[in-house]
Amino acid sequence: MKLRALAHTRTGDKGNTSNIALIAYDRADYDHLAAHVTPERVREHFRGIVTGEVIRYALPKIGALNFVMTGALGGGVTRSLALDAHGKGLGSALLDLDVPDRTPSDFAQTGHSSA
Amino acid sequence: MRTVSLGAGAGYAGDRIEPAIELAERGTIDYLVFECLAERTIALAQQAKLRDPEGGYDPLLEARMRAVLAPCRRRGIRIVTNMGAANPVAAAQRTRALARELGLTGLRIAAVTGDDLLDAVRAGDFTLEESGAPVTSLGNRIVSANAYLGAAPIVAALAEGADVVITGRVGDPALFLAPLIHAFGWPMDDWERLGRGTLAGHLLECAGQITGGYFADPGCKDVPGLARLGFPIGIVAEDGTVEITKVAGSGGHVSLATCKEQMLYEVHDPARYLQPDVVGDFSEVEMEQVGPDRVRATGATGSAATGLLKVSVGYVDSYIGEGQISYAGPGALARGRLALEVVRERLALTAVATSELRCDLIGVDALHGEALSRGPEPYEVRLRVAGRTETLAEAVRIGNEVETLYTNGPAGGGGAWKSAREVVAVQSVLVPAALARPRVQFVEA
Repeated sequence: MKLRALAHTRTGDKGNTSNIALIAYDRADYDHLAAHVTPERVREHFRGIVTGEVIRYALPKIGALNFVMTGALGGGVTRSLALDAHGKGLGSALLDLDVPDRTPSDFAQTGHSSA
Repeated sequence: MRTVSLGAGAGYAGDRIEPAIELAERGTIDYLVFECLAERTIALAQQAKLRDPEGGYDPLLEARMRAVLAPCRRRGIRIVTNMGAANPVAAAQRTRALARELGLTGLRIAAVTGDDLLDAVRAGDFTLEESGAPVTSLGNRIVSANAYLGAAPIVAALAEGADVVITGRVGDPALFLAPLIHAFGWPMDDWERLGRGTLAGHLLECAGQITGGYFADPGCKDVPGLARLGFPIGIVAEDGTVEITKVAGSGGHVSLATCKEQMLYEVHDPARYLQPDVVGDFSEVEMEQVGPDRVRATGATGSAATGLLKVSVGYVDSYIGEGQISYAGPGALARGRLALEVVRERLALTAVATSELRCDLIGVDALHGEALSRGPEPYEVRLRVAGRTETLAEAVRIGNEVETLYTNGPAGGGGAWKSAREVVAVQSVLVPAALARPRVQFVEA
């Protein structure tokens, strides 16, 4: 399934660093996201765009992961040649990522169905 | 428990004004805060001030103040804003003139200065955080150096009775934190409450971004009344707990999803959100929908400030020349690709020196490049060529080589557009907090 079915994103910019907050619609899906949306997968998804590292911060209490990507904004918002210098659209691009389907056993474990 | 209500009247320099009027006229608020300074805005304002010593403040200051001064005065709402940009004193004088024109006699307006550290940064031995090079390597290309000040000078201005406080560069959340410190008397080393107040400020600082702006995705995340998007109100209790809501009847919505997105907007390590007054810690925050369009955030905290201030250094980096043209109908993509190759070759043949050149097909791969872009061939494409040059004259030649595609390129190119501009870029340095000496000056209508 696409990540977009389970989560939403917001992208922010500081200098040449972009951060994408990935937030589960249903907090019961947080563990699934944490297991399958690793910093390595995010870096691979954005190869050719992100030239630095990807660091992931976990915020389980709000069901969110925050991905901080350095070297992601064409040298920096204020000097980039890119059409989208802020990288505002990167979060939408992340939602195209494929993740394994949530299976019935997943729901049994958490006692929730996904929203 | 006592509460203070903060309305956010703008989230960036060009923001809509109607939601601020709505807050001023109908919002149950004690303070109306306008955050209008992006990273680069103050450098551009500094250039404007060099051209006109009475200028250099927010171009929409007058329109905003004209719209909200009278209702705010009538309803006892105090205004805090960084619309002073590179010239808070001139902005305060302009606001005084406007207040007199509106008959608001006795209105007290404070200007906060002291963020301009250009001389100190030029003279000092500082290293640019982004490039690792010394500041001196920028030579005479530096146009500005402004420290992100903390809440203290705004608190002082409010304590002295300011109805309106106009600053230059301060930490964005500090614009909101200051009224809380003033109203509740929070000690400047109460890290937990300063951390909570910083969360409130951070949630509010982008205005419509927490009430449904930068959020709607039809079918996944629907937002009612987006065209009439209202701006947020933060109701903060004495212990720092914040509830986010908006004016009843305004467009948009306040939900767990909008609040979570905004909490992490432009945040890196959520446990270390660096501000001049405190290091905010949002890592354990919990959110609860406590009513329609009403979300409570608890669990923020903070630790001691670093003692360093971030200073944005604006400098003339380069020039960018750009051109665009569109192709449509069968074969549009092939004609667009041919046109890109032609422009590349002509720029080489005519020896236009670019340190960086970017060729995109808008509608195909302009935002995320080949790796992510896929889908059926589009009906129309728009070619975009952007290049970095050392001189404005060379930047102009890039757009010209796109424009000449009208008569010298593939069939059917239309809607050509070109631009050439100086690029004022921003890097940052960290300086000891003591280097900045904030000052408050009053004028009275």
